[in-house]
Amino acid sequence: MLKIENLHARVEGRDILKGLTLTVKPGEVHAIMGPNGAGKSTLGHVLAGRDGYEITEGSVSFNGVDLLDMAPEERAAAGVFLAMQYPVEIPGVNNTYFLRSALNAQRRSRGQEELDSVQFLKLVREKLAVLHLKDDLLHRAVNEGFSGGEKKRNEIFQMAVLEPTLAILDETDSGLDIDALKAVAEGVNAQRTPERAFIVITHYQRLLDYIKPDVVHVLADGRIVETGGPELALQLEAQGYDWIRDRIAPETAEA
Amino acid sequence: MSALLDSLAAGFEQLPRRDALGLGASRREALDAAVAEGLPTSRQERWKYTSLRALEQRQFMLPYQCEATVADVDVELPLAPRLVFVDGSFDVLRSDLRGLPEGVELQPLSRGLQGDDPREVNVLGRRWEEDDAGFWRLNAALAVEGALLRIGPDVEVDAPLHLVFVTTAGGQDVGVHLRHRIELREGSRATLVEHHVGQGGERPLLNSVSHVHLKPGAALEHVRVQRAAAGASLIARTEAVLAKEATYRLLSLELGAALSRHELAIDLQGCDARAEVRGLVRSRERQHVDTQLMLRHQSPQASSDTQWRAIAGGRSRAIFHGGILIAEGADGSDAQLETRNLLLTDSAEIDAQPVLEIHADEVKASHGATIGQLDERALFYLRSRGLPEVEARRLLVFAFCRSLLEGVSDADLQSQLERVVKKSLFNDGEAVA
Repeated sequence: MLKIENLHARVEGRDILKGLTLTVKPGEVHAIMGPNGAGKSTLGHVLAGRDGYEITEGSVSFNGVDLLDMAPEERAAAGVFLAMQYPVEIPGVNNTYFLRSALNAQRRSRGQEELDSVQFLKLVREKLAVLHLKDDLLHRAVNEGFSGGEKKRNEIFQMAVLEPTLAILDETDSGLDIDALKAVAEGVNAQRTPERAFIVITHYQRLLDYIKPDVVHVLADGRIVETGGPELALQLEAQGYDWIRDRIAPETAEA
Repeated sequence: MSALLDSLAAGFEQLPRRDALGLGASRREALDAAVAEGLPTSRQERWKYTSLRALEQRQFMLPYQCEATVADVDVELPLAPRLVFVDGSFDVLRSDLRGLPEGVELQPLSRGLQGDDPREVNVLGRRWEEDDAGFWRLNAALAVEGALLRIGPDVEVDAPLHLVFVTTAGGQDVGVHLRHRIELREGSRATLVEHHVGQGGERPLLNSVSHVHLKPGAALEHVRVQRAAAGASLIARTEAVLAKEATYRLLSLELGAALSRHELAIDLQGCDARAEVRGLVRSRERQHVDTQLMLRHQSPQASSDTQWRAIAGGRSRAIFHGGILIAEGADGSDAQLETRNLLLTDSAEIDAQPVLEIHADEVKASHGATIGQLDERALFYLRSRGLPEVEARRLLVFAFCRSLLEGVSDADLQSQLERVVKKSLFNDGEAVA
């Protein structure tokens, strides 16, 4: 489904990703862990198509097409979703209106019929029920005045409505208390299907107690330095990231 | 001497109803003063951002000199009751005064000039002393049409009243001079919609002066929709005088014209008088929109709240001077002024200038100004959910100004305004720039 090969990316003249290779198959959950500054969020942004990142080498193909060639909205329509670490507050734009416009724009570009407001509300209420969210989320402006937990839940809610095939969760656990974390994880688990893949980017192992990954990668200094099963996350939890840092030290010294 | 002044002075000689109400001499005097003093120049402080050099080179005919047009006229919001003026002339057939409530007088100035009401004489015969009042002198000389609205004591009018000013592509460049007098008596309440709309390629000069008098306890909601023709030059002055406990709520939507200059003078004369000013400017291409607001707090406990927003694209320029004066003795006044500005292109320009001048005690006053571009993070957020870039930009641009419309009291009017604003913001399908 997703094939990242030897990806190099720079932002403001600084190399952040330095040869990242990763393959994700349908239905898989990949966790990407790593110390601060390793390039985790950059990976999420590059996959979603944010401006300001220069791809100097490598490729990303998504279901056989070149993802890097597509505008953010085209990636969304193709099935890519990024749950952001810092969801943006947009005063004056109603959550429901925005989400319906977004879903219908995606459907249009896939050649599907648009949903009218009745059909859309039905869909939205189903998803709210599954995620145990309150109705008032619908009437508010996008993320405006939301608490940290509400913002993250709103991301998961949007994901539930838009039904992507590849969901990237960028530090969705950061800033959440344990109840909010559980709620978000439940929301994600409810959406696991054999067709849908997840990339869960996180600094801490904690989230992975609730979202069980199939594969765990360690990202350090712009590339994946270790890949393993769920036990790798536990090892990181126990030992910290220092042993990883040791591993990459020689090359850093060279540079 | 300018071609503009020459042409209008020539038209003055045969002006119909010129001498009505014994105003002939004061009209002549105003014209002579306008010709002698000339039009304002950018050397004058209040005109420093707006050059009239190109406008001065042009000639204009007065409405009576133009051939009547029978073209299809789109009044855009066909709401009643309404007075309609086409190219400066009252259009009785397109007007609709059915359903005008008791206690409300609404008639064209041309009809008022046939009577003998001294209030018309007072308003029209007023002398303009300021040295940058060239246009108002021309207006005093040449305005023989306009709207007269009078609402009796304690009359509450629910349905919005409409004044529609249409220009047509009639072939000649018409110079329209209108004078309006709006008077709300004690304890009365009304909503007035002033709607300027053009039809196509015409390039008129539109000079209008409005006098708003609010007696104690009166409340006026004034919605001004400026969608004049793309080639129009619109020079307007609105003067509002508020007595004790009167409320004036203005929503000014500046969406059209090549050149628009609006002077807005609001006097809070009585205690507890209140003004709420909301303004939206959307300029594009080479449009030039200049708003000069002067709010005067003259009595204790007067309050004002101003929110002004400008969205400038193309190579356009939007100017907002927000002056608030709190006079000696106007203790306990409350004045808030906020201007937020959005630049859509590198070559657009916005000049926002809030000025507070305070001579009283125990005053609450604040002002703020922000200027910026569309939030790239918000844009990416919307696009990452699947919204095409153009749609995402529109959503953000409309979000920037929608709160201004939320204060409109009539729900029907609010949704009509929303439609008109969207049409103007996005210029019927053009990309947002």
